[in-house]
Amino acid sequence: MASNGIKDKVAIISIGCTPFREHWDKSRDDLVIDVAKQTLDGGNLASEDIDAYWVGTAQSGMSGLTLSMPLKLEGKPVTRVENFCATGSEALRQACYAVASGAYDTAMAVGVEKVKDSGYQGLNAFPIPTAGTNRTLTAAAMYSLVLPAYAKKYNVDEDELRMVVAKIAEKNHFNGARNPLAQFRREMSAEAICDMAAVAGQLSVFDCAGVADGAAAAIVVPAEKAYEYTDRPLFIKALSLVSGNGSGLMDPEYDYTTFPECAAAAQDAYLQAGVTNPREELALAEVHDCFTPTELILMEDLQFSERGQGWEDVVNGDFALNGILPVNTDGGLKSFGHPVGASGIRMHYECWLQLRREAPVERQISETSKNLGLVHNLGGYPGEMVSFVSILGTEKG
Amino acid sequence: MGGNVPLGVRSVSSYDEDTATMGVEAARIALSPLINPANPAAIWFSSSNPPYMDKTNANVIHAALQLDKTTAAYDFGGAEKSGIGALKTALNSLETLLLVQSDIRSGLPSSEDEVYGGDAASALLIGDEDDGTLIARYLGGSSVSEEFIGRWRDPSEQNSRSWEERFVVTQFTQLIDPAWQEALLATELTSEDISTVVISGSNNRAKSQISKILGTEKSRVDLSECVGIAGTADATLLLTHALETSDPGEIIALVVLSDGIEILIFEARNQINQTKDRISSQISSRDEVTYQRFLQWKGNLKVQPPNRPAPSRISASAAARESEWKHGFIASKAEKSGLIHMPPARVSANPEDRIDTMDPISMANTSGHVVTYTVDRLVYSESPPVVFAVVDFVGGGRIPIELTDIDAEDVSIGMEVLPTFRKVFTADGIHNYFWKVRPARQ
Repeated sequence: MASNGIKDKVAIISIGCTPFREHWDKSRDDLVIDVAKQTLDGGNLASEDIDAYWVGTAQSGMSGLTLSMPLKLEGKPVTRVENFCATGSEALRQACYAVASGAYDTAMAVGVEKVKDSGYQGLNAFPIPTAGTNRTLTAAAMYSLVLPAYAKKYNVDEDELRMVVAKIAEKNHFNGARNPLAQFRREMSAEAICDMAAVAGQLSVFDCAGVADGAAAAIVVPAEKAYEYTDRPLFIKALSLVSGNGSGLMDPEYDYTTFPECAAAAQDAYLQAGVTNPREELALAEVHDCFTPTELILMEDLQFSERGQGWEDVVNGDFALNGILPVNTDGGLKSFGHPVGASGIRMHYECWLQLRREAPVERQISETSKNLGLVHNLGGYPGEMVSFVSILGTEKG
Repeated sequence: MGGNVPLGVRSVSSYDEDTATMGVEAARIALSPLINPANPAAIWFSSSNPPYMDKTNANVIHAALQLDKTTAAYDFGGAEKSGIGALKTALNSLETLLLVQSDIRSGLPSSEDEVYGGDAASALLIGDEDDGTLIARYLGGSSVSEEFIGRWRDPSEQNSRSWEERFVVTQFTQLIDPAWQEALLATELTSEDISTVVISGSNNRAKSQISKILGTEKSRVDLSECVGIAGTADATLLLTHALETSDPGEIIALVVLSDGIEILIFEARNQINQTKDRISSQISSRDEVTYQRFLQWKGNLKVQPPNRPAPSRISASAAARESEWKHGFIASKAEKSGLIHMPPARVSANPEDRIDTMDPISMANTSGHVVTYTVDRLVYSESPPVVFAVVDFVGGGRIPIELTDIDAEDVSIGMEVLPTFRKVFTADGIHNYFWKVRPARQ
């Protein structure tokens, strides 16, 4: 059994992202065209210069036609991929492997989601015909199970823990307020979030990621050719994905205080990249804060905090813009919004801005010698999820 | 209640119950004391309010009880009298028969049916000593049929209507004497031999008049102030209650006033020893429901659901494939590791087990406890919010599952729960039946 990785074999040479919001005036095709144009322009490329395409969308389109028709691509291989909320990362992952294999010299990953045309709240799964025995709980309710479990396991007062996760939302809103592309650009205090009515367990609406329309895209090339396109490429240090077996839902040992798929994906990525102390070595991390308790658990599963210590590190500000390891400097899903197919690539976009020191000055992380960024993107629920982790760096090893 | 406020309380089917699911619960109680699994020749379902027309509702109950494939399943539908008719036919049969009788009263707000009606189900296993300990022996009875328009319902309407009461009362009172004499003749008994008279019917004044004619002191079995009049299920519910409160040897006459008169006379034999599930225990462990919620459940008050898509209809083929899990709550247990998989799986989560080495294991009668829970105010439901619990079962097995028959503020970690067969939703006229859990009766 091997997970050899493709460290320093592939580089991102251009990346783009549309604003994430309720794009009432833009179709899915408009978003695809906008982001493709931005990303191609960034690499001084035209669509015919790209050898192969991957398009990630969870529910806004089927097949490669989702991309090849609006972009009027001729004779190009285009594959649509879907992996729940990790769909965007999955598109990028496939593009990276295609280039690493030598099959193509340039590949583009596009993630897009047109969520808001449904007219419903939140994300709603595509109805697959079933026997009607599947669980119908919302994602918010599933993730709300984390708080009482964590409080009990680590002997934290439930009300205090509720405030701790609200502080995660406060931090992400603070960062998102400094992001012109973000859906929610208003700062929110933890106290105000705690005062809101609960919608799922202890969670209020502001403990949940916003859902938005949007698109993001990246172009990858072989690492040795990267400097032909840009003087500051981002090299892929690690790509990992773990798809769970769902045993958490039926295993009496599972206690809802960890997401084993995330811990395993992180461990794999650290081995691929040669990272031994992520808390110290990473310049920033973009993680999947679909709900506030998710980010808390991820701090431990990604080894940024010791087990049972994450909540104190949150309170201590370790993951704030000026903390030891800034997390979700662009506002995260919470504030940036969550167009499912685009979010994974959006996270890489923020690493691109921060590591190249191109983020708006009000949220640019402080200069350090650290040159690695981590992206964590998951899909699913506690007990049954897919988890993606990538590590990016500015230097080719 | 919308109109006159009667004495006492009445029972109400929850938003996730219908006459089939209530029938399943009644049948499970009826069959639970049996040492050997029941193997009736047929299951007969009677209701004036069946979930389906043109499709056999008894099949759903058959599947939920996981009866043998060779057990027949039939509906006796439409009239109130289809309940007592099925009972009498079964008693005169040589076959072992499982009778399930269930009704939901669907009167309009402030109607008599709303005020006096109750939702209930009963189940009886009819057989001989070979099938189990006899609870009662049928001695004989009588039938008098008389066509008159007393109570009726247009099949396209939800609510029943009744003719002017004095006419209806007269119809019954003039029939009781010949019916009573005929029943005594058939059983070679005298009125003095009868220790209890149980009178069932939808007309309160007629019941009261008949009670006077037959001797009021004997009509002590009455659930009208704690359950309500339960339509098709009323007669067998009252009979069950009488048998639960009788001593061995007592002679019980069941008099049913419905489009004529039916009389059945029984001798009580052995006590039913199901303390938590006795009718009196169920009544005393009841929860109260606000009138607003009652109207909502009855479909007489539409409320705004959460802004989420309503569920799509289930797939008939997928439901047929998964019937053992969906209807029977049959999980799988890995041969080697013993790990219980809910839902059942072919491949174990424990790598020690080999593929396709699982045995079926029924979870339907296994109790569990709440490990953790949440309240979902966002998900689509006909009666929000939804309470969801992670449940660990005694002997192994875990599932995150809806917790029903409870208010969100009354849930607690560690609470004992039991599986219950419910209607999860209805789409395209297809009912999605599956299991939830409910608090165990204390």
